[in-house]
Amino acid sequence: MKVIIMGCGRLGAQIAAELDRRGHDVTIIDVNNAAFRRLPSTFGGTKAVGNGMDSETLRRAGIESADAFIAVTQGDNRNYFASQLAREVFGVRRVLCRIYDPQRAELFRSLGIETYSPTSVGAEIMVGMLLGEGGAQG
Amino acid sequence: MYIIIAGGGKVGYYLAEELLRSKNEVLVIEIDPQRAAMLSEQLAGDVLHGDACEAATLDAAGISRADLVAAVTGDDEDNLVICEIARLKGNARTIARVNNPRNEELFKRRGIETTISATQAILSQIEQELPVAEVIPLLQLSSGLQLIELRLSERSPVVGRSVREVLLPPESLICLVVDPGGVPRIPSGDTRLNAGDALVVVTRAESIEMLREAVVGTAHGMDT
Repeated sequence: MKVIIMGCGRLGAQIAAELDRRGHDVTIIDVNNAAFRRLPSTFGGTKAVGNGMDSETLRRAGIESADAFIAVTQGDNRNYFASQLAREVFGVRRVLCRIYDPQRAELFRSLGIETYSPTSVGAEIMVGMLLGEGGAQG
Repeated sequence: MYIIIAGGGKVGYYLAEELLRSKNEVLVIEIDPQRAAMLSEQLAGDVLHGDACEAATLDAAGISRADLVAAVTGDDEDNLVICEIARLKGNARTIARVNNPRNEELFKRRGIETTISATQAILSQIEQELPVAEVIPLLQLSSGLQLIELRLSERSPVVGRSVREVLLPPESLICLVVDPGGVPRIPSGDTRLNAGDALVVVTRAESIEMLREAVVGTAHGMDT
């Protein structure tokens, strides 16, 4: 599967490394060249410097032939914008995006983007840990 | 009309002033507390301090009864999100300021009306200074029609003719004739066209080349 990841923070780098290890074709984009230091030395995918909200950057990263796009920058609105660009303009089939704001995550999901909110998921896990209800243990 | 303006920068401020002048009910949402305080001192309309990208802020602004939402922040991603949430939360017409002209396509695909960005406006202003641009795009209408400006040079085949004699493509209309002195006229069939006139024409995108040939002439300077 050909995957393009926008944002090489901790989450982006870890997703990229894991998909690469499993033999997928990964391209990771970040505005800051220094962000790629988070990738392991074994990473065999492509690193592209640029803004993932720009259609030219996405095109250069090969979005036209991508099977999936993952937006994991720190900005909820940036992630949503790039996700819609990938879906609406480039017709990428699977578009995943991280949205910190749980309310926005839900709204964007209703607009066709697969969203994940670490706030909702994290809160649920930590409440479960504290009250001993969930199976998740630190 | 009840109009919500998201973003109280220069664009939002002047827009609010104009809309208040024409007797609309206006509320400006501004994220920066100091800027919001300044706006509420200077504007006759309401100012709400908050993040317009959050549904709760739009709810507090009364999105359910708004007739129009104008998202005019300096960030295209924020303007997109504001319009999307506004549409989910109410029935207001949504208009977005697009800062990067490349982003216009995405807004169109999402069904959100856009304004010509300042960047685009400056670009077309520069184009107007260049003698080669005889066809200048002015505005894209939501109906798919376009507003364009045509400049008549001496070699234009329609110079010396009346408006009635100009063969226009279907669904095209000469709305305005501006003479070289800058005086605008609404043309009748008898209005005579002169070199140096600018015509404001409404037409379809696919007819622009036909119009150029009929009104501006070919690039090779034919005798008229």
